[in-house]
Amino acid sequence: MAYSDKVVDHYSNPRNVGTLDKSTTEVGTGLVGAPECGDVMRLQIKVNPETQVIEDAKFKTFGCGSAIASSSLATEWVKGKTVEEALTIKNTDIVKELALPPVKIHCSVLAEDAIRAAIGDWKKKNGVAETAEAAVAAK
Amino acid sequence: MSLDITTSGTVKLPIYMDYHATTPMDPRVLEAMLPYFTGKFGNAASRNHSFGWEAEEAVEKARTQIAQLIGASAKEIIFTSGATESNNLAIKGIAEMYRERGNHIITQVTEHKAVLDTCKRLEKSGYRVTYLPVNADGLVDVEDIKRAIDDKTILVSIMAANNEIGVVQPVAEIGKLCHEKNVIFHTDAVQAVGKVPIDVNAMNIDVLSLTAHKIYGPKGVGALYVRRRNPRVQISEQINGGGHERGMRSGTLNVPGIVGLGEACEIAGKEMVEESARLTKLRDRLKAKLEAAIDYVHVNGSMEHHLPGNLNMSFVYVEGESLLMGINDVAVSSGSACTSATLEPSYVLKALGLGDDVAHSSIRFGLGRFTTEAEVDYVAAKVIDVVLKLRELSPLYEMVKEGIDLSKIEWAAH
Repeated sequence: MAYSDKVVDHYSNPRNVGTLDKSTTEVGTGLVGAPECGDVMRLQIKVNPETQVIEDAKFKTFGCGSAIASSSLATEWVKGKTVEEALTIKNTDIVKELALPPVKIHCSVLAEDAIRAAIGDWKKKNGVAETAEAAVAAK
Repeated sequence: MSLDITTSGTVKLPIYMDYHATTPMDPRVLEAMLPYFTGKFGNAASRNHSFGWEAEEAVEKARTQIAQLIGASAKEIIFTSGATESNNLAIKGIAEMYRERGNHIITQVTEHKAVLDTCKRLEKSGYRVTYLPVNADGLVDVEDIKRAIDDKTILVSIMAANNEIGVVQPVAEIGKLCHEKNVIFHTDAVQAVGKVPIDVNAMNIDVLSLTAHKIYGPKGVGALYVRRRNPRVQISEQINGGGHERGMRSGTLNVPGIVGLGEACEIAGKEMVEESARLTKLRDRLKAKLEAAIDYVHVNGSMEHHLPGNLNMSFVYVEGESLLMGINDVAVSSGSACTSATLEPSYVLKALGLGDDVAHSSIRFGLGRFTTEAEVDYVAAKVIDVVLKLRELSPLYEMVKEGIDLSKIEWAAH
């Protein structure tokens, strides 16, 4: 299978590889996928409590080149966004950016899931309602 | 040769280490074949002129060369288009011929698809097939075969050596059992012929499939050995039209291909002992280097009963396709789902009782006649480098290092 230049670039030079301290309240951790399926992504975000801006993001991924590239790209994209902005990132954006073939679309879905799971974890830790709509309703 | 071949130190890139998939032709085989494409182009079935006689003579010489490699007589060799056809012809041909006697076939779950799919097809037409499991080391238990044989059993089909994990099955024991029980024994010996000694009489093999392109011969030609005495095995033809090959396989013979197969067998027979020792040494060198530098490696399949040039290893917590991507100047195969057409991890590795995650992490190294020590060293260094890099990226490796039991985590399967 031929990989797009962008997948190869992310695979060869993955961005934001690493681990954030998951015990701190500013850090949200998303662990998605399963070893039996051949891909597990862990994406972590560090959120500024004042501005709700994602100031740092790290990932580690067990998976094929496309899974590694999708999660590497996801960390790049969430950084600098507020958590609500980050929730608008769609797997189809990742597919387009990385030119993923149909057989690799699940890698992008997993990356979107990882973003959502990390944000969900952060919200849970910080007592923030699950979605903006829910937050509005609560008022 | 393609133009993008570059050199790195003493090795030419890319390196081919996938000899179970196919082998390059030995130049000696090509040389033997060449006259039969042009000057000696006759049809071996043309009985009334010298062109036909010349072709027939070449075919008969090849028949003898093949027979000698497996301890058969030349008359017992039937030419086919390759191992898939040989396996189809053997299993369907025996099933049809012995339908009166019974309808039960015994095979094992780690067979090649050419055997498994053929058996599945027969199940649709009233045959009963037992797919025996294998032990964790990939070997079938002969006692299991014994227990599975009943009064309707007509055929046992167990491969001689596995194409993925390289384990060599106890063929002689199985053959002995089958002869005692009066059941025909077929073996798919595609990976074993020319690599390890095979003797159809000493091993009580009744029918045997082999192919040229795994032993440095051309693609598109293979053979089926069919025992003629003690017992005489009969096979219903699956391709009709002219009654070539004792009526078992019609069609004009592929004379250049057959000449190549014969030559490949003769070379393999002469050089097997030396080649096997050399490849075992190289394979062990590769294994030792990888095991010394990388933790959490798992060797798949019994190393005691093993093909010389095969090494199948799982680099746990690293996914196989991502590893292949990192060693893209080395041609190997992976049991990872991502590299297969079905998106399922290798059924052979799963049959060993390995978790899917270990199957996803497997690489098959296939060493062969033209593999050099410098190539082995290059591949070892490259694999070590990439595995260590990917382990840095692996959340699973980090978790295991922290002492987390991955089996206790509730994974969201997708």
